[in-house]
Amino acid sequence: MSFPWAAHYTPKAPLMKWIDERLPLPRLVYNSIGAGYPVPRNLNYMWNFGVLSGLALVIQIVSGIIMAMHYAANDLVAFGTVEHVMRDVNSGWLIRYAHANGASFFFIVVYLHIFRGLFYGSYKAPREMVWLLGLVIYLLMMATAFMGYVLPWGQMSYWGAKVITGLFGAIPVVGEPIQTWLLGGFAPGNAALNRFFSLHYLLPFVIAGVIILHIWALHIPGSNNPTGVDVKGPQDTVPFHPYYTAKDGFGAGVFLILFSILLFFAPNFLGHPDNYIEANPLSTPAHIVPEWYFWPFYAILRAFTFDFFFVPAKLLGVLAMFAAILLLFFLPWLDNSPVRSGKFRPVFKQFFIVLCIDVLILGWCGGAPATAGYVMISQIAAAYYFAHFLIILPLIAMFEKPLPLPNSITEAVLAKHNLQGEEPAAVPAE
Amino acid sequence: MATAEHTGTEGLSGGDGVRRRDFINIAAVSFAGVGAVAVVLPLVNQMNPSADVLALASSEVDLSAIQPGQAIKTTFRSQPLFVRHLTPKEIAEADAVDASTLRDPQTLEERTVDGKKQWLVTMGVCTHLGCVPLGAGEGEVRGEYGGYFCPCHGSSYDTAARIRKGPAPLNLEVPEYKFTSDTAILVG
Repeated sequence: MSFPWAAHYTPKAPLMKWIDERLPLPRLVYNSIGAGYPVPRNLNYMWNFGVLSGLALVIQIVSGIIMAMHYAANDLVAFGTVEHVMRDVNSGWLIRYAHANGASFFFIVVYLHIFRGLFYGSYKAPREMVWLLGLVIYLLMMATAFMGYVLPWGQMSYWGAKVITGLFGAIPVVGEPIQTWLLGGFAPGNAALNRFFSLHYLLPFVIAGVIILHIWALHIPGSNNPTGVDVKGPQDTVPFHPYYTAKDGFGAGVFLILFSILLFFAPNFLGHPDNYIEANPLSTPAHIVPEWYFWPFYAILRAFTFDFFFVPAKLLGVLAMFAAILLLFFLPWLDNSPVRSGKFRPVFKQFFIVLCIDVLILGWCGGAPATAGYVMISQIAAAYYFAHFLIILPLIAMFEKPLPLPNSITEAVLAKHNLQGEEPAAVPAE
Repeated sequence: MATAEHTGTEGLSGGDGVRRRDFINIAAVSFAGVGAVAVVLPLVNQMNPSADVLALASSEVDLSAIQPGQAIKTTFRSQPLFVRHLTPKEIAEADAVDASTLRDPQTLEERTVDGKKQWLVTMGVCTHLGCVPLGAGEGEVRGEYGGYFCPCHGSSYDTAARIRKGPAPLNLEVPEYKFTSDTAILVG
């Protein structure tokens, strides 16, 4: 794995030596996130979000395991036990708010992590597998978040479960049996609540497992970097520890400050008041919306208001929504440009900015009521989303003239600091 | 492990290169495959509705107290069910529409039981995204076509609960039901 000049683990303490000889776990940690993993020296703060995603997962697992100690997955009492956590359990409010807002922060850092990869071409060869595994993690996260949102058994929980499982009902012939099978009934009920709880507890550990594969796949070629240029030699890298443990540590501090601000001062800012009303199958909330991190996809779902040949609008919307995510699995082969980093791709860079705005517009439409105006905007934005990946990216790869690439990471770093010609050793430690 | 050492099995190959061991391999793996499928079946099937859920899969509704013009909201398979006693005026309104011009063409006759045209029994689930339309309860908005109105995305249904305006693709679903007496129905 990694580069030949990577530092080798040499245990100093006799105990560590004893352990390493019998189970080389300390060695594995050292080589993965310690001094044994050489990383490009020029990573910027956008490279913090992988570690921050891991931190968010830990926050979710710890707060979630604690909440499961006080929660009961039964449709008669579930809503009450969540209120019990909020009102009666010692520090229960803190743990539940941390879990609810932690989910949002998890998605924030994962979205930044994904868009970092999109801009710097981290999905390109030889890192396709890293990208694909990342998308698997993202899909698992969405399933986990959806099922978690059902557990409080409030109005949004219930109707969200109904609408989302209803998506499967749009599939011809087998749709309704699938929906009934998923729910264990004809509408969300105790059976659905129980299985969602079981899976909501399981999937985070599956995510942790896929993260291990994600990091394993990453460490074969090593990390990408802002120039997208391959590492040429030892002068291009620094050990992960202490250089990037420190940089990630700083990022973690900023992350936790922002998290605390939301947690302590606006814990319900991202939530929906309707979810503090117990689930009622006979009354629908006036405005059903999913959590914000699903809004862009919800907008694509609702953008299809017209039938196309024999395909009804509802099925089209469902297919488009799933296609919007599955499309990303083909990205490494849709963008054929040999230049990774968007820094050196003037045309790509502009379209990348348009894509970011487009996704924000989709998100804004997804959270808004489905009036004609918003639906029209989401139709245009959804069309652009697909066009970006299926038409624009392949065309840019064909016609764009990239800027000249630096010969090496070190050269790029030295040029930035006007230190051309000097030895790398002369670079001050900042 | 096809090596020349296995002269004992080669003797049983029958001349076509298929050894006894190949047969045993395929048979064993196939048998294990069938066994695995047999185990997976109950593991998948357990997610289907259980007996107690299915036991509630039909419900009886007493119609005697519903006056013309009134509607009630009850449940069927834990989803809302609307039962409406249409007035002659509402029946006339529904019949006045040319069904072929509708998004989901159906006449009131087709949506009710023969000879019981005044009893309109439908699911209270909007065919758009599954919200519960208004109009069955006392004093609720019935929309511009006098039937049901879904507050989520503005679908309007007429007095035969047919979709007339808004994003919903289909009429409100008419469940399977039969009259057990003049004033009672069994749904499901």
